[in-house]
Amino acid sequence: MSSTTTAAPGRTLRPSAPAPGGTPGNPMGPPRRRTAWTPTLLLLLGAVYCLVPLVWVLTAATKSREELFSTFTYAPGSGFWNNLAELSSYRGGVYWQWMANSALYAGVGALLSAAVSGVTGYALAKYRFRGRSAVFNVLLAGVLMPPITLAVPQYLLMSKAGLADSYLSVLLPSILSPYGIYLSRIYAEAAVPDEVVEAARVDGAKDWRLFRSVALPMMVPGLVTVFLFQFVAIWNNFLLPYIMLGDDHKFPVTVGLYSLLQQGSNEPAMYTLVITGALLSVLPLIALFLGLQRYWRVDLLSGAVKS
Amino acid sequence: MASPPPVRRAARRGPIAPFGFLGPAAVLFTLFFALPICYAVYLSLRSVKVKGLGLGSHARTEVWAGLSNYTSALSDPELLSGSGRVLLYGALLVPTMLGAALFFALLLDVPRVRFRSFSRLVIFLPYAVPGIVASTLWGFLYLPTVSPGYFLLTQAGMSGPDLLHGNGLYLAMANIAVWGGTGFNMIVIYTSLRALPAEVYEAARLDGCSELQIALRIKIPMVAPSLVLTFFFSMIATLQVFAEPMTIKPLTNSMSSTWSPLMKVYRDAFIQGNIYSAAATSVVIAAATLLLSFGFLKLVNKRANGGS
Repeated sequence: MSSTTTAAPGRTLRPSAPAPGGTPGNPMGPPRRRTAWTPTLLLLLGAVYCLVPLVWVLTAATKSREELFSTFTYAPGSGFWNNLAELSSYRGGVYWQWMANSALYAGVGALLSAAVSGVTGYALAKYRFRGRSAVFNVLLAGVLMPPITLAVPQYLLMSKAGLADSYLSVLLPSILSPYGIYLSRIYAEAAVPDEVVEAARVDGAKDWRLFRSVALPMMVPGLVTVFLFQFVAIWNNFLLPYIMLGDDHKFPVTVGLYSLLQQGSNEPAMYTLVITGALLSVLPLIALFLGLQRYWRVDLLSGAVKS
Repeated sequence: MASPPPVRRAARRGPIAPFGFLGPAAVLFTLFFALPICYAVYLSLRSVKVKGLGLGSHARTEVWAGLSNYTSALSDPELLSGSGRVLLYGALLVPTMLGAALFFALLLDVPRVRFRSFSRLVIFLPYAVPGIVASTLWGFLYLPTVSPGYFLLTQAGMSGPDLLHGNGLYLAMANIAVWGGTGFNMIVIYTSLRALPAEVYEAARLDGCSELQIALRIKIPMVAPSLVLTFFFSMIATLQVFAEPMTIKPLTNSMSSTWSPLMKVYRDAFIQGNIYSAAATSVVIAAATLLLSFGFLKLVNKRANGGS
């Protein structure tokens, strides 16, 4: 991992990537663009596999209790509005509370996480100081810590501080993201040229102002990526809130659905609620995902090891 | 800081500024990483001594336990069999997932492929689905009364495999993780494929290489670093499997509450209330993970330095 400290200066971050092998444009129209059918079909097969459970939940959520186990899997049912109403009224609308909680944990957590990752990554990329690589390696070792080794003592310490079963007990440990720092550092190295920093310094900019007005604007695209990754990670997290929280009004939607599912194993009537809840819980993330597609800078990830 | 090299240096002045920037991360790291780890190590060396019948407020006292929690954790057959189960699950999952990710990434990179952005997006989509939800959906699809697969097999007069019991469970669990992880790894590999200079392919094509030969002889060796990275992260994620088996558990009676080592730690700490033994087990798991990670990195670096 230490080899990344000597990042290649000329690494292209977003390759302009001409369509590989694409025939050069012909003014008379493309000559013979035969479709590569075998790869296309194999890719579509992969897409179908990925859609199987998602299409299933879409149809299953429309089924009433009686229809769920009796009609053909992909046949739509007649119970969607009823399921929705039942889910919404379940224990005074606690499901919507879970969704709001998830949005809160993931939104605030990812925002703070991107901010902390940004300053840390910038400092690690643009300053030379004693212990720099040690700091980085210690942070990275954090990625390798199995979450349970952290969560059990975190819970006990939170209880001692009187914070267990509070919003803060889930929010605070989610802020520090070793992975986000790693990405920010790579991004700061690539996107903030030393010459610009040097020039601003000559003009008399102090460290903080230099970061805020010069480096930060350059790092925004990378920080959006960190925000998105961390948002998904916190939204999808289960272990930490599961251990920290006892009061189901503070649950995020993952833990809430799990509690529904456990109840469902005793009374299968709950299954329609679980399925409808599962469908509704993936919609915001899929929307976020499709809407912000062009902000996913996954190239950061693979660029990371190329030095 | 005797005489740092003058090139590529942004900060010449005092060494205070970077530490200011590192402040928030350092505080968070101390509170939520370092302190819990130290506390876990401390707890793992303690145990509770019960006086008399264990009644009264002073009947339970915490005492120094030395390494006894470790000896019992390491000799616990459940930890051993849990590790074995996770290794088997990982051996099914990681090669399948990365093989599929590499395969799809290479397909996306083939010229004249149609529906490229559609397939890329749809295969990446499961990444947005929480493990809990993914396991719930697949869990229902494994139920013979619900699954379209079983429906079709029954129509054809065959019986489907039992995915929720016995060895089928490994396939069932691995499938959930393959579904969730292939797209993400595919994108990582695909992105590094796109970063390769196109001239290399042009030259190979002029020399008469087929697309398959280009893929095998040029593309795969050149994305090897990405494969190493994805393998590393998949390995770590596999060792940490928790949410998926917890979700499948209510649907089948053949998933034990100590199926994975993390589940055992959870059970010891929060159901059986023995935080000391749970702490020792989690320290053992952390140490094994770190050992495995550094071993792996060392191996990779050695091969990278010796190979080329």
